[in-house]
Amino acid sequence: MALSTHIHQELLPVRSSAPTKSMRARMQDALPKLVLAPSFAITLIFVYGFILWTIYLSFTNSKAFPKYVLTDARAYQRLWRWTFESDPPSSWYTSITNMGIFGVLYIAICLGLGLLIAILLDQKIRGEGVLRPIYLYPMALSFIVTGVAWKWFLDPGLGLEQTLHQWGWTSFHFDWIKNKDFVIYTVVIAGVWQASGFVMAMFLAGLRGIDSEIVKASQIDGASTFQLYRRIIIPLLRPVFLSALIVLAHMAIKSYDLVVALTSGGPGGSAWLPSNFMYEYTFKRNEMAVGSASAVIMLATISAIIVPYLYSELREKSR
Amino acid sequence: MAFLEIDRLVKRFGATEVLKGITLEVEEGGFLVLVGPSGCGKSTLLSMIAGLDTISDGEVRINGRRVNELHPSQRDIAMVFQSYALYPNMTVAENIAFGLEMRGVPKTDREAAVAKVAEMLQMGHLLKRKPSQLSGGQRQRVAMGRALVRDPQVFLFDEPLSNLDAKLRVDMRTEIKRLHQRMGTTIVYVTHDQIEAMTLATQIAVLKDGVLQQFGTPAEVYNNPVNMFVADFMGSPSMNLVPAHIRAENGKTVVALSRANEDDLILDPGVASTKLGAVLGQNVLLGIRPEAITDHDGADRNARTLVDVDCHVEVVEPAGSDTFVVTHLGGKHVIARMRSDASVRGGQRAPFTFNMDKAVFFDPQTELRVA
Amino acid sequence: MSAIAAPGRTPGSSIVPRIVIYGLLVFFALIYLIPFFVMLVTSLKTMPEIQHGNMLALPKAPTLDPWVRAWGEACVGLTCEGIHGYFWNSIKMVVPAVAISTFLGALNGYVLTKWRFKGHKLVFGLMLFACFIPFQAVLLPMATVLGEFGQFGKFLTNTTGFTFGFGNPTVNLVFVHVVYGLGFTTLFFRNYYEAFPTELVKAAMVDGASFFQIFRRVLLPNSLPIIVVTVIYQFTNIWNDFLFASAYAGSGDVMPMTVALNNVVNTSTGVVEYNVNMAAAMIAAMPTLLVYILAGRYFVRGLMAGAVKG
Repeated sequence: MALSTHIHQELLPVRSSAPTKSMRARMQDALPKLVLAPSFAITLIFVYGFILWTIYLSFTNSKAFPKYVLTDARAYQRLWRWTFESDPPSSWYTSITNMGIFGVLYIAICLGLGLLIAILLDQKIRGEGVLRPIYLYPMALSFIVTGVAWKWFLDPGLGLEQTLHQWGWTSFHFDWIKNKDFVIYTVVIAGVWQASGFVMAMFLAGLRGIDSEIVKASQIDGASTFQLYRRIIIPLLRPVFLSALIVLAHMAIKSYDLVVALTSGGPGGSAWLPSNFMYEYTFKRNEMAVGSASAVIMLATISAIIVPYLYSELREKSR
Repeated sequence: MAFLEIDRLVKRFGATEVLKGITLEVEEGGFLVLVGPSGCGKSTLLSMIAGLDTISDGEVRINGRRVNELHPSQRDIAMVFQSYALYPNMTVAENIAFGLEMRGVPKTDREAAVAKVAEMLQMGHLLKRKPSQLSGGQRQRVAMGRALVRDPQVFLFDEPLSNLDAKLRVDMRTEIKRLHQRMGTTIVYVTHDQIEAMTLATQIAVLKDGVLQQFGTPAEVYNNPVNMFVADFMGSPSMNLVPAHIRAENGKTVVALSRANEDDLILDPGVASTKLGAVLGQNVLLGIRPEAITDHDGADRNARTLVDVDCHVEVVEPAGSDTFVVTHLGGKHVIARMRSDASVRGGQRAPFTFNMDKAVFFDPQTELRVA
Repeated sequence: MSAIAAPGRTPGSSIVPRIVIYGLLVFFALIYLIPFFVMLVTSLKTMPEIQHGNMLALPKAPTLDPWVRAWGEACVGLTCEGIHGYFWNSIKMVVPAVAISTFLGALNGYVLTKWRFKGHKLVFGLMLFACFIPFQAVLLPMATVLGEFGQFGKFLTNTTGFTFGFGNPTVNLVFVHVVYGLGFTTLFFRNYYEAFPTELVKAAMVDGASFFQIFRRVLLPNSLPIIVVTVIYQFTNIWNDFLFASAYAGSGDVMPMTVALNNVVNTSTGVVEYNVNMAAAMIAAMPTLLVYILAGRYFVRGLMAGAVKG
């Protein structure tokens, strides 16, 4: 046998009968799945089941209490009508316009400011260890604390305006937090204050991950510092932009607490975001079906952003 | 009946077959090396023997017992992994003893066993250290110690030396061989390094694309490769494979190699001439190892067919112990291995001696051996 | 870790850009610090000083009285017993929720990387997506289910004399936070164990360790960094949560800290005591700030791990 050389094997059935696995061995095989099962079941029921439940409720005429008789898409029709009711603005109109303003400004400013500070910090700064935590600490605070602090800081009678008046700039006027047309911008300010440090940390990690030889090569090629960043480094940070964008978009759509704590909803609900709309209509105004419908629309919006991202992330890693 | 039998073993991942019916067997105390390029399925085969991969078809038997359904821990095997797989949270002693602990061996017995293995591998002073405090070679020893302490029926080695630097690799190779000779336990060893395969094995199995190419002793595989893949894969520098024409001249079968701006080089095939009769008038590939092409004085005196010819020397590469001389035959570079003091210069003509006893011939289409 | 393009170190560049860079960095640092600074100094001032003084001025005579009052006397709605009870409510909720969700996340991550089965990717994908849903989409059904739990608790009290935790708002919140934190904890551990050498698991299998032995003896002892990251991340998130807390424990003496703080600040009875409000906010921020100061590195790593998927 030892000398035999074979390229092709004759295909005969294997002779000895295959003994079946023992009970214990089969238990062992199933064990990992059993361990995972409770978590997975919880997710299926309490996430996906509940989402279906919410969708179902949005097609009923539930008011203060859930009713389980399907009626029609009236809740959506109302939201649709409200979407165009701008004079006087409906709560829904205000919420989604605010979402647009807040979403765009919050994401754009966080990305811009985060990138700027990250680049500044990446210039071999002495005291980076002291500065970095200062930019990032707001992320550890709850939106409620952030809201309370900024509410105080932006209060025209007590905060910034008053301080500048005392310093002699008496014409300074800053009452956005009490102004129904500008209150949403104060939410942007507080939101950016809280999250931009985190975006900075993401960009800084991205910058530190760039191969320093690429930088040296470009310097030898004669690129100025500005060109270096614009042409080489910032394009290389594309994956960080994407991650940061996803995180910020997700935080923006979920923002609820900040509006409550900073503005208590603003004058006449003028600072509402869709998440506040949903909460108010569901729990305070006894319009459960409308609240559910707005939650479904929020979910659909976020899914449109997240699902393609997750899909590509998980696909890439497949073997 | 052999000690370890691998019987028509098949591994499928979905629709793709990565092992296509491998049959091998090793006697007790044998040292089987599975060798092949990456992706040939050798590591999968080892994993299947270990029980870390399921078997799609076929059977693995250890000492006559079918082990397909057995958990790795019940197969009475021990394994040394490529990355050594030492538990980073445990000391060396705990690493070695872990397998015994899992099997419920009492503490005192474990300690005695660890001490014995530590002495055998001369690493008693390392027992209290954590793996992160060890050098690559020391980790390798601990990994072997962990396998040895279990005293299994079969040792499995998965490219255990590939993470070591060149010098340490040679030392550890010797150490493994010494341990094998001393313990006499059956070993299955996976490597992509054909020199490791040659030096360690009692039996070599060459794999490619999930198919067993050749199974035999190191000498057989080296001297009598069954196809061009094995010929090319085993040996360094690899075997010269030169396009040649078989024709009859003066009633004798000869091998003709084309040369640039010269007449064909005619070689007497020696012992192979009878078999070559079947491919008379056809193109073949002449396989001849560099050490079978030498300077005249370096040739094997006991060879039956030595052919002296003058060839044009392209490049000379002194390697210390030998000198590799490159010439051009049949449209390909041909490497000859001459003594280091052979006086050959690039760009000149020099005498070459072909030891045609060692020549083999392949069909260029099927790539199989014809003579 | 090599910093990119350091103009100060390359020959031929001047000192001016360095001054601009440092100036900008310090300017930004001040802006980030001001709200916290204002909160802190205000919490140490007396009310007259706040009303007549400058927001940014240091307290003339620092007093801890607002802190004491916030802790023991501040009004939450109509009850004026301070926030200390709510602080403990939060602790009682956070500790078990973090422990359970971290433990389950570790087990899930272990199975999803080292014991893969057909469809493991789908399972992980579904759990991962759960991290991103707006919780509004599950808020109402969960309220209904928790209501049912309450009914069941009453039934248990009538029959056995104990509720077994059913209907208890703290238990409810623990449950909710475990359910909606699982996606993140699983993600953290899965990504960590993904990079954990599988050969170690194989070696342990050959050594005869069982599923749970491998987890307990090989994986867990080497998971300290990710455990710290996960615990900090979960602690911060759950402590800071407001939505679930206000929806499911939004009134009475069961409120967690965040809800209580919001109520303190918005209590409209009597004169608004800004110094007490700020002290209450400081107390509410203290645990997470402390974690951030003590383990900032892990804090950041957790945020990043939550941001970088797959």
